[in-house]
Amino acid sequence: MKPLEPVSPAARVVLGIAFFVIFFAAWAAVTFGGLVPKIFLADPVTMLREGWYLITNHGFLVDIGVTVWRVVGGFILAALVAVPLGLAMGAYKPVEAFFEPFVSFARYLPASAFIPLFILWAGVGEKQKLLVIFVGSVFQIVLMVAVAVGSIRRDLVEAALTLGARDQGIVARVMVPYAAPQIAEILRLVLGWAWTYVIVAELIGSSSGIGHMIIESQALLATGQMIFGIIVIGVIGLISDFVFKAVNQKLFPWSTI
Amino acid sequence: MSGVVVAGVSRTFPGVRGGAPVQALAPVDLTVTEGDFVAILGPSGCGKSTLLRIVAGLDRPTTGTVTLDGKPVSGPGADRGMVFQSYTLFPWLTVAENIAFGPRERGTPSAERRAIAEKLMAQVGLTQFANHYPKQLSGGMQQRAALARALANDPKVLLLDEPFGALDHQTRSLMQELLLSIWEEHRKTVLFVTHDIEEAVFMANRVLVMSARPGRFKSEVAIPFAHPRSYKLKTTPDFSRLEEQLTEDIRSETIIAVQAGF
Repeated sequence: MKPLEPVSPAARVVLGIAFFVIFFAAWAAVTFGGLVPKIFLADPVTMLREGWYLITNHGFLVDIGVTVWRVVGGFILAALVAVPLGLAMGAYKPVEAFFEPFVSFARYLPASAFIPLFILWAGVGEKQKLLVIFVGSVFQIVLMVAVAVGSIRRDLVEAALTLGARDQGIVARVMVPYAAPQIAEILRLVLGWAWTYVIVAELIGSSSGIGHMIIESQALLATGQMIFGIIVIGVIGLISDFVFKAVNQKLFPWSTI
Repeated sequence: MSGVVVAGVSRTFPGVRGGAPVQALAPVDLTVTEGDFVAILGPSGCGKSTLLRIVAGLDRPTTGTVTLDGKPVSGPGADRGMVFQSYTLFPWLTVAENIAFGPRERGTPSAERRAIAEKLMAQVGLTQFANHYPKQLSGGMQQRAALARALANDPKVLLLDEPFGALDHQTRSLMQELLLSIWEEHRKTVLFVTHDIEEAVFMANRVLVMSARPGRFKSEVAIPFAHPRSYKLKTTPDFSRLEEQLTEDIRSETIIAVQAGF
C-alpha cells in the first residue's frame, strides 16, 4: 500500500463486502460462542427470524412505511422553506445579515430537546413527528445552502455581468445552477440526520413506526427485534443515499465530469 | 466622439485593516477610437487590469469618467464584451449554451441564438465541441469559447484581460493569430491588457506602456505593420526593434515594481 494509490473497482467491491462478512462473523462468534448472554445480544440468525416474525405477524412493514413517510414529509417541508431562504441569504447580503445570527443560534438547539414541548403543542400524532424533523433539518439546510450559494466564483458573476445579465439573471441563471449540485448534496446529508430525529421522536411518544417497535421490543427484552429495527434503518439510509446520488448524477452531469 | 474615452480616471483602494489606502491607478487619460486595437503593457500590479475593469464597469473609478460613444459608463453592459484571464465559462452549460448566454439574457429568440452560436463556433473552430462541457475542453479551447461568447453580443468594444496568460506558448501563438484574424474581419474596438511584449506588438496598432504602481501611461508606441499580419512578422528586424524598444521601457518599471514587492 502506498498513499493515494488507486484501488481497482473489483478490489473495492471485495474489500467493502469483506468488512460486512467479518462484522457478521464476529457477531456470530460472540453470540453462538456464548461470550455474550443471549438476553443482551441476540445472534444473527435469531435476529433474522424475529425480523421475519415482526413482518409477518406484527405488520412491521406498515411501521417502516409510517417512519419513511414521517422522515420524507418533514424533510420536504423543511427543504421547501430552507432552500429558498438559503438562496436569498447567499445572494443578498442584507438578507443574510438579518437571518444569519438567529439561524446560527437555532441550529444548536437540539431537535430532540423540543420533543416534550412539541408533545404539549401538537400531541403525540403525526404533526409532532413532522415538527421534530422540520426543526432538526430546516436550520441546517438554510445555513449550508447560504454558504454554497455565497461561495460562487466571483469571476463567473462578473463574466455574466459583462454579457449583459441583470440581477435576476445572475441569481436565477448563474448562482442557482452553480450551487445546485452542492444543494443536492446538502439535502442528501441532512436527510441522513433527519433519520436520527424521527427515531428519537418515535422512541418518546408514539404508537407506530420503527422507533416505537424498538422501544416495545425493549420491554420484551427482544434484542433480536431491536437490532433488526436498527439494521432496517441502516438499509433504508443506504438505499436513499444511493437513489440521491443516482438522481444527482442524472441532473448534474457536468459536475461529475 | 465615438469610441472609448477615459478621462482623469484614478483608483484608490481603501487600506486593509487600518493600513494606508493604496493608489493602484494614478489619474490617466486614454482615447480608443472606434475600430482601433490598443494594447496596454505593464508590469504585474501596475493597475492595468484595474483600468480595464473600470472600462468594463466592474469597478468604479475614484476620480474621472469613462464614456463609450459619448455616453458615460456606470456599470457593466453587453456593449462591452470581456474575456478574462481565468477560465470563466459556465461549467453547467455546454459550449453552444455558453456562447448563447449573452443573447439569451437579452431575450433573443432561440432560433436566432442558435444561429449566432453556430456561426461563432465555426469561426473559433469549436463546431464539433458544441455539446461538450467546459471541463472537457483544453485551456486554449475554453478561451476560444470565451472569446466567441463575448462576441455573441456583438459588443462595440472587446476588453481582453490577459486572456492567453494561462496558456502554453504554442497555444498562445495560435490564439493570437485567431484573435487577430477575427479583428481583421470585424474591426471591433479592442482594448487588450498584457505583460507579454511580443503579443502586444504582434496584434495591436498602438501599445501603451504603464508604469509601476500607481499606474500611469509612461510611453506610447505606434505599431506600423499593415493588416492582415502573419506570424512570420514576429521574426522580422522591424518587429525585433519595436520589441527591444518596449523591453527597455518596461524593464525599468518592472525593476521598480519588484523592489516595491508587488
